[in-house]
Amino acid sequence: MAHSGFGRPGRRSVLRAGLATGATLALPFVARGASKQPIRIGQPSILSGRIAQLGISSRNAAQMVVDAFNAAGGLDGRTIELISRDSKGKPDEAARVVRELINNDGCQIILDSEASSGAFAVQEVVRETGTLCIHADSETTSLTADPKIRAANAFRCARQVLHDSIVGGSYAAGIAKAQGLKRWMTCSPDYVYGRDSSSEFLDYLKLFEPSVEAVGATWPKLFAPDYTENVTRILETKPQALYSALYSGDLVSFIDQGNLYGLFDQVKFFAINMADYTTLHAVKKLPAGIYSCNRYLSTFPATKANAEWSAAYDKRYSVLPLNWAWQNALAMQFLVEAIRKTGSDDGKVLAGALRGMTVESPFGAKGTVTMRAEDQTIVDYAIGWGVTIPQAPFVEGMEPADWTVITARETEWKKQKGWA
Amino acid sequence: MNLDAFAGCLSSASCLITQTSAGLIIGMLLFLVACGVTLIFGVLGVINFAHGAFYMLGAYLALTAYQLTDSYLAAVLCAAAGVGLFGVAFDRLFMSRVYNSNVLMQLLVCYAFVLILDDAVKMIWGAEFQSMGMPAAFALRPLHVLGGLVPPFYVFLVAVTIAIAIALGGLIERTLFGKIVRAAAVNRQMVSALGINTSLLYASVFGLGALLAGAAGALAAPVRSATPGMGVSILIESFIVTVIGGMGSIAGAFTAAVLLGLVRSFGSIGFPLFTDGLMFGLMVIVLLIRPQGLFARRSA
Repeated sequence: MAHSGFGRPGRRSVLRAGLATGATLALPFVARGASKQPIRIGQPSILSGRIAQLGISSRNAAQMVVDAFNAAGGLDGRTIELISRDSKGKPDEAARVVRELINNDGCQIILDSEASSGAFAVQEVVRETGTLCIHADSETTSLTADPKIRAANAFRCARQVLHDSIVGGSYAAGIAKAQGLKRWMTCSPDYVYGRDSSSEFLDYLKLFEPSVEAVGATWPKLFAPDYTENVTRILETKPQALYSALYSGDLVSFIDQGNLYGLFDQVKFFAINMADYTTLHAVKKLPAGIYSCNRYLSTFPATKANAEWSAAYDKRYSVLPLNWAWQNALAMQFLVEAIRKTGSDDGKVLAGALRGMTVESPFGAKGTVTMRAEDQTIVDYAIGWGVTIPQAPFVEGMEPADWTVITARETEWKKQKGWA
Repeated sequence: MNLDAFAGCLSSASCLITQTSAGLIIGMLLFLVACGVTLIFGVLGVINFAHGAFYMLGAYLALTAYQLTDSYLAAVLCAAAGVGLFGVAFDRLFMSRVYNSNVLMQLLVCYAFVLILDDAVKMIWGAEFQSMGMPAAFALRPLHVLGGLVPPFYVFLVAVTIAIAIALGGLIERTLFGKIVRAAAVNRQMVSALGINTSLLYASVFGLGALLAGAAGALAAPVRSATPGMGVSILIESFIVTVIGGMGSIAGAFTAAVLLGLVRSFGSIGFPLFTDGLMFGLMVIVLLIRPQGLFARRSA
């Protein structure tokens, strides 16, 4: 075998050197090309079935923020690409979709727009992969409150059952006291969100009005087609007031079937998820006097910014926004602010920026919303309760919540749980 | 488990009336879907896994017809006829090609159509749920019977379903068509050898089964929001009805559907966390005691 020695380079050495030089010279161009790659954000959600409006409104709202970011030049020319996928509301499918988004589509960030059943599955996937994730639709308290479930790379930008329960419990206690409503019953979907919502609402209702008694509960399955057995069970139990965490098409069917029995003439109905436009419009015979939390109302908070955001959404999609829409718009706003602030798409860098971040928002109780650092969940968003009326604006007499009360009660609750 | 409430309900006329009527309405809609499943299986020997999708199609067609005509009667008739015709086309174009194939092939064709129909519904009517609302004629206060509550719309539904059940029973038991159907269920080669057009017969039976599912979807539309995929849960319960009643038996489907409805309504009082369990428990007991179902004959 011939050896070229030090004096004279051989053909292979020249070729190797040439390739190496070429690669070195080309590297900045390759790198520059890579840096112009879009920032990919994956969004698993429910885009079909009875609560497809969850995914559709989530995707619509997030896309509006993405488009505004891209139109403003993105991050030094890098745009955001939002990739939405349908999990059909199945937790195992949600987990699979997230893995696909991360591994096949190259998503650096996950905007999780799953209901609670799917969000817990997503949480476990991102815990394993270390991908930055913002849960924008799961309201179940434990997702971020329970230190065993919480993940350092996962945030929540959604209302929280505990917050709603403190406000709802306090509001309902006032009405219970004034109207002498002692016997209460619950009818909520039979999964983690429905169970948590009912139990925490009752806890605070009893705390604020100790004379109240829970006389029964009925747990229809999520997406149940028929509520007759639940309606007749409520009628047989004869409560004075009923609390429900049913939502979307399930709530519409329950009201339609309850109307047949004159249920809402016999009980005071507290439906935390009633005040969302699709639900309000879908119920053909909306009973007056249903008490509801604000899911999303363009009139609450009654600010110009909120009305303008609602009008912009309506103009673009020809439909009014829902609760999931504001949560996803805000989640995407947090991400965009973090990307701008850090100039990075690195999950760990962005997570650092997100902790404790405050943004101006139409959905804030006082114009801002904060991503609380200690449990990586939002606070100071607008919460209020009011009473339904059959025509627009559909809910009147909104009573806004006081966040100092919410946070004080929340801290107390966490201490009792050993989570503080 | 709340045995006190259960005992209290059994001794109270108002509770008995309310829960029995609730059980009947749950059972009647189940029957309409299940009798189509059982009819198609009894004659064609095919388990139609796409039957839930026919129910969904019925609800959506009724919704559109109601929006166009503002007549609930027209909505129910259009939906039933439309799904019936769709069933005939589905049988002739697709299912007839797999009659002699194994069950897996039949399952594959049916499942493909479940997905296709779900997506078609999304494209035509949208992915979000839709609600018909109660027709004005039935937007009435509930009837008070011995202290129990019975919605007038449910009285109508039960009456219509019982009328359909009687008509169907008469059609199968007392007409020439029924005799041929029953003969085909026993020996299709012999029926064919007698010069009867079995292709037409099969298409008619498939169409009739589909029509019943479409009618069920339309009848349920005022109280159940329509959504893509809504047929899955009712299909599962329909299979339970068919298994309990006996595959191929209309009377068995009726009895099992009523039984299941009553188990659900009374179970919700005494065993509120175990109503699904009661339903499956009933199926297990029937399968242990009469594996062929309550009304079917044991095969040789």
